[in-house]
Amino acid sequence: MLLAILAAVGIGAAHHMDVEGHHISGMNNQVVWGLPHVFAIFLIVAASGALNLASIASVFGKIEYKPLARFSAVLSIALLVGGLAVLLLDLGRPDRLIVAMTHYNFKSIFAWNIILYSGFIVIALAYLWLMMERRFERWSKPAGMFAFAWRLILTTGTGSIFGFLVAREAYDSALLAPMFIVMSFSFGLAVFILLLLASFKLDQRELDGIHLQRLRKLLGLFSIGILYFVMLFHLTKLYGTQNHGFERFILLDGGVYTQLFWLFQIALGTLLPLFLLYAPRWQNSPKSLVLACLLIIQGGFAQLYVIIVGGQAFPLNIFPGYHVESSFFDGVIGTYTPSLWELLLGCAGLAGALLIALLVLRVLPILPQSLPGAKD
Amino acid sequence: MASELDNIELRPARRRFMQGAAALATTLIAPGVLLYKTGHAQGENEANAGNKDRPAIPRWGLLIDTNALSEADVDACVSACQREHGWSSDAGSPTDAQWIRKVHLTDKQSGQQTVLPMMCQHCADPPCVDVCPTGASFKRADGIVLVNKHTCIGCRYCMMACPYKARSFIHEVLQDQLAVAPRGKGTVESCTLCVHRIDRDGANAVPACAEAVNRGERKAILFGDLNDPDSEISQRLQSHRTTRLRADLGVDPGVSYQGL
Repeated sequence: MLLAILAAVGIGAAHHMDVEGHHISGMNNQVVWGLPHVFAIFLIVAASGALNLASIASVFGKIEYKPLARFSAVLSIALLVGGLAVLLLDLGRPDRLIVAMTHYNFKSIFAWNIILYSGFIVIALAYLWLMMERRFERWSKPAGMFAFAWRLILTTGTGSIFGFLVAREAYDSALLAPMFIVMSFSFGLAVFILLLLASFKLDQRELDGIHLQRLRKLLGLFSIGILYFVMLFHLTKLYGTQNHGFERFILLDGGVYTQLFWLFQIALGTLLPLFLLYAPRWQNSPKSLVLACLLIIQGGFAQLYVIIVGGQAFPLNIFPGYHVESSFFDGVIGTYTPSLWELLLGCAGLAGALLIALLVLRVLPILPQSLPGAKD
Repeated sequence: MASELDNIELRPARRRFMQGAAALATTLIAPGVLLYKTGHAQGENEANAGNKDRPAIPRWGLLIDTNALSEADVDACVSACQREHGWSSDAGSPTDAQWIRKVHLTDKQSGQQTVLPMMCQHCADPPCVDVCPTGASFKRADGIVLVNKHTCIGCRYCMMACPYKARSFIHEVLQDQLAVAPRGKGTVESCTLCVHRIDRDGANAVPACAEAVNRGERKAILFGDLNDPDSEISQRLQSHRTTRLRADLGVDPGVSYQGL
């Protein structure tokens, strides 16, 4: 109920923004993508990662994860729909969705993504159906492999939205694509574990410890993977003198972006979760796993905020070697303060995704009876 | 002797490996080649057209002489563009559209100061056109880069991709628009090179910004056909040292600056 209200309020906020114009958001002509994009990309990236468990079961043949595969596919579709809804509702002309579906510029990574996202929903639905229909169960493995390959390409596409922007120092790196893939593994798994634990808690069942131990180790591994790519990304940028200004901005004197990076992304979003996941003292505590998942999710939001908003706030270098001033904010750090409308829209995407997942969970036999601690 | 025998035994395996490697390489490289060819087919056609004695299609561009422009001149450019297209900008508002803007430059080493007008650079390989999902951002055959107001969905990806910060998103409801410059809330816009004047007057057209500062023979902003080697702009580009902004990106802007 709460989720439905949140989703409805968010749609109302988007409608208000559509009628009034985007000046009621915090976005402007310097920072053109803001909080809605942070939410949308988090959801889209997490959607790809939420399929982890299904992939582990189908592609890598670990049958002990098979009972969780259906839920994994459902969550994946729900998160993607939530993310795409936010992205769509933030458009300047959301009423022109039909234009976006009928006019394709095949050189645009955005156009590729429209195909990749809609294709993913179809593939994941088919995969889910094959897993649920016993007669076709043997087809679920090839379908799972196809879905696995598709989602890797999908997240490559999402990372490349930024990676291919050659004119901006904050982006222009092929590393963003693999970084986004590892981010998807980590954020998607964190959301999956939280919802899995929540749904078992609601039904007052116990989940067996072995599953949780494995998921805990996997989550830690993905966090280390993100840390590796983040370090590599910044070291590559730091090596070239021309990028020192940008690196100084993010790592040293970028104000809110520097704080988000060091405190929320690195310290609270990576190092503390790693400690909670791996420290022998906490190994068997489900609470530490829940806390680690929550911290990883907030770290993901912080990371995307730094990448998306921080990357735009740093000014374009149109005139190398010159100090620049203009009426159009050339040469100065772009300002951006998210508005309530944007926050409501973003939360609505999250709420909508969870609502879809919960509804499907209630209506269809997603979590089977045979698993210890499964839903009835 | 032994090594020769080894080779004979390994040959089928090696052949299979080579075949596999070749197939893999082809699979990986072919899409890239296709993409490159698609992207460059149009450019090549245009280049070939330019090689003939008389270029078939013009490519319109500007040459801006910063030495001939005072700060008041650049202000006049901006005001003329605002009057021509019906846009305005409050000082300090980060959401207002700016089709053309006044930029102050100070050389970091020498301290030398320059002031210049900055607008859409009408690139030959415009990144905004590459990234636009619906093709609303497009380049006309004569090189003018425009936004189709009917198919722009307002995603702002072109603004992320533009190396010159030339584009604006319309954040507010608009009133009293001019017939020559239709604008719409929720879409992106930028300098049109006064396309309505060009379509009316051809090579004799003078964009509003140029009209505001050119006096007699002194043309601080020179408009013309870059594909015609005899045009005044081509002649001046040949005889004077000029700069194209962010030439390192290879987008081939249609606007050049003299005295920078």
